[in-house]
Amino acid sequence: MGSGPADAKFHVLAVDDSLIDRKLIERLLKSSSFQVTAVDSGSKALQFLGLQDDEKRDPQPTPVPPNHHQETEVNLIITDYCMPGMTGYELLRKIKESKSLNYIPVVIMSSENIPTRINRCLEEGAEEFFLKPVQMHDVNKLRPHLMRGKQSQETTKHQ
Amino acid sequence: MEMWRQVFQYKESLFREGILDAQFTQLQQLQDESNPDFVAEVVSLFFEDSERLINDLTRALEQKCIDFKKVDAHVHQLKGSSSSVGAQKVKNACITFRNFCDEQNIEACFSCLQLVKQEYLLVKNKLETLLRMEQQILAAGGAIPMIE
Repeated sequence: MGSGPADAKFHVLAVDDSLIDRKLIERLLKSSSFQVTAVDSGSKALQFLGLQDDEKRDPQPTPVPPNHHQETEVNLIITDYCMPGMTGYELLRKIKESKSLNYIPVVIMSSENIPTRINRCLEEGAEEFFLKPVQMHDVNKLRPHLMRGKQSQETTKHQ
Repeated sequence: MEMWRQVFQYKESLFREGILDAQFTQLQQLQDESNPDFVAEVVSLFFEDSERLINDLTRALEQKCIDFKKVDAHVHQLKGSSSSVGAQKVKNACITFRNFCDEQNIEACFSCLQLVKQEYLLVKNKLETLLRMEQQILAAGGAIPMIE
C-alpha cells in the first residue's frame, strides 16, 4: 500500500526543544499543506531518520536501515539552532556526513542574528537560515528546496 | 457593532503601548475554522512556560552562589517564547536581563526579574481579557478585528 506520486505530500521533520515553537512551526507548515513530524531533540530526529546517534551506540547487531519505511520519508528538515544536547548545527553536520541522508535539505532557525553562526551553517550545507519567530513568508521559501530534495532522493534510490 | 468597536480600540491600545507586536497578528492569521483554538492553545502554553521559568529564575537568583549561565539559559527560553507569541514588553525585558547576566550584575538581575514578572502579569491580564472579548464576538457570529 504505497502512496503514489499524485497523493504524495512533502514531509517536513521539524526539530525544536521549545513546545511553543514546535506548535508554531507545525501550524505554519501544515497551512502550507506539508505533512509534519515534530520532535524535541536532535537525537530524536536522528532516531526518526533511522540513523543511529553515535553517542548512544547500542550493542545491537543490526543497525536499522535508513528509509526502510515509506511513510517516514523526509523531504526537508527544519531545526532550531540552540538546543540542549545536540545543537541544530551538530544535527546538520551528522546529516550531511551521512551517505544515506545527506541529500535531505536542512534549514536552520535561530532567535539570534549572529553572522558567524549563519555563515557556519550555510557553509556546512544548510539551505536557509530563518530568524525566529518564523513567518509564513519564510515557509513559502521552502518549496523549491523540498522539490529538489525529492528529486535527489529519487536519484539516490535508483543508483 | 459596539462590542466590535470596543474590542478594536482595546486591541489597538495593546499594540500602541507595545504590549503586543505583529507576531500576535501572525498567530491570529494562522487560526481558521479547522484550527479554531490555535491562538488560545499557544497563549496557554506561553502562560505555563512563563510561570515555570519565572519560578526557576527566582530560585536561581536566590542561590548563595548564582549560576549566571543557568539564569541566562532560562531568560533565553523566556525571550524565545515571548517573542513567538508577540509579547513584546516581556521579550524586551528579557533582552535587557540577558545583558546583565553577561555582566554578572546581581543587583540589576534582580531588578530585571521584577520587571519581567511585572510585564508578564500585565500581558497575561490583557491577553485573557482580549481573548475573552474576541470569543464573544465570534460567538455572536462576528469577525475579530485585526490590527495591521
